Amino acid sequence: MTKIIYIDNDGTERVVEATNGESVMEAAVKNSIPGIDADCGGACACATCHVYVDASFMDKVGEQQEMEKSMLDFAENVQPNSRLSCQITISDALDGLKVTTPESQH
Amino acid sequence: MDLTSASRIVVIGGGQAGAQALQSLRQGGYAGALTLVGDEPALPYQRPPLSKAYMKGEMAEERLYFRPAPWYQDQNIEVILSTPAKRIDRVNRKVELAHGGQLDYDALIIATGSRPRVLPTKGATLHGVHDLRDLSDVERIRPNMIAGRKMVIIGAGYIGLEAAAVARQMGLDVTVLEMAPRVLARVTSPVMSEFFETEHRAQGVQILTGARLDHLNGEDNNVTAAILADGTRIEADIVLVGIGILPNEELAKDAGIACNNGILVDRDARTSDPRVFAAGDCASRPLVHYGRSGRLESVHNAIEQGKLAAAAILGKQRPAEDCPWFWSDQYDLKLQIAGLSQDYDEIVVRGDPKDRKFAAFYLRNGTLIAVDAINSPPEFLASKKLIMSGAKLAPDVLGDTSISMKDIAAAALAA
Repeated sequence: MTKIIYIDNDGTERVVEATNGESVMEAAVKNSIPGIDADCGGACACATCHVYVDASFMDKVGEQQEMEKSMLDFAENVQPNSRLSCQITISDALDGLKVTTPESQH
Repeated sequence: MDLTSASRIVVIGGGQAGAQALQSLRQGGYAGALTLVGDEPALPYQRPPLSKAYMKGEMAEERLYFRPAPWYQDQNIEVILSTPAKRIDRVNRKVELAHGGQLDYDALIIATGSRPRVLPTKGATLHGVHDLRDLSDVERIRPNMIAGRKMVIIGAGYIGLEAAAVARQMGLDVTVLEMAPRVLARVTSPVMSEFFETEHRAQGVQILTGARLDHLNGEDNNVTAAILADGTRIEADIVLVGIGILPNEELAKDAGIACNNGILVDRDARTSDPRVFAAGDCASRPLVHYGRSGRLESVHNAIEQGKLAAAAILGKQRPAEDCPWFWSDQYDLKLQIAGLSQDYDEIVVRGDPKDRKFAAFYLRNGTLIAVDAINSPPEFLASKKLIMSGAKLAPDVLGDTSISMKDIAAAALAA
């Protein structure tokens, strides 16, 4: 199991024991993390699973694909550490990953 | 009607809308009795992958489920599976179940979804002829998805074309039969139809438009061929039928709730009975950006109406109604649709379909009403905002790829 920490826009932390291979979005949805709706179920079609990735993990979460890049281009409140959580696959390297959900998704 | 004191809520149907309603009710602070009754044996799951990644075997079954089984216990939701609701007794506020037993309700959400239209021709019940709607359908189809087998798909809608793409990628020999003169005729414009026909043909799918199926042939009760009205015979090991869906509205209709091609609801997803709500494929709802009502067959619609019903029951402010949106994955093509394109009077194509990255914008009286975007998320996302704003757009600007979609949207929204 890999530990993923979800932080609300108001600072509340929720720790989830996630399974390697699933996405950061899936682990959130299964554990009822507020602020990650993931309406399209992970098809990279809706941009409702936007998160901010903790700076110390930016080099471990993998590169953005073209599709994700252009989806994020139109999301609300995008920052340099913005990612769609459906596109981040959980592995041992992400143990302790912290992601924050944007205010606009609450 | 104020339902904030409701302490018994029943949700009929465990699809996307029903699952959303359960979640939104609990997330919204509802602490009373909550029961899900569904006719399928499985816990609520996502349907879109059934004709995409899951069908192809690229997605594990457990990833289909919205929530793992313990979630329902944690949330104190009673789940009754494999059990159709038989009757709604509105006077005594009870749902009667098919296998006996009944559920009392203070508020009821009908999320019974839709069912595939049945092929009206001879041979429709032969072994090897399938619908593609439920997880159980895919379980029956998948063992036959073997390279070299012959699949005939009846109906070139999104389901049919998605299945064709999967089957081709798995090496099956695929023929799509479509009665209309073009694929996707009911849902999109000729320019998109032509694009998808070209794509599928390039991938080796045989597409026959204007094809009238006469009947299906069988031997020993197994399907062997599709026979067209002109006598053409197309060999088939497996047949998929994707000719549209019908709303499961009978439960409501029989209870005297107003229906008209779907259970009629208002903006709060409330039916003609103020204690009864309907959400998802089965409901006909106000389409606020279009000034009319209609039924939408989509994930977005199911989620939104599930949320609307929960908010209305809990007495919360109505969530904003988003522009309708849809998507379809075929091969490496992602089609994203925003809005409803019916009644457009002008179409603007941005980009070149040959690049497999372009968008078709639909305008009415100079206002953007819909877009079909192929591998073009900016066009899709910008259009969602533009459609809701009702902004006027100049066709030559929309079609000018030297201007970014972001700039086009910003200028139109500022005007």
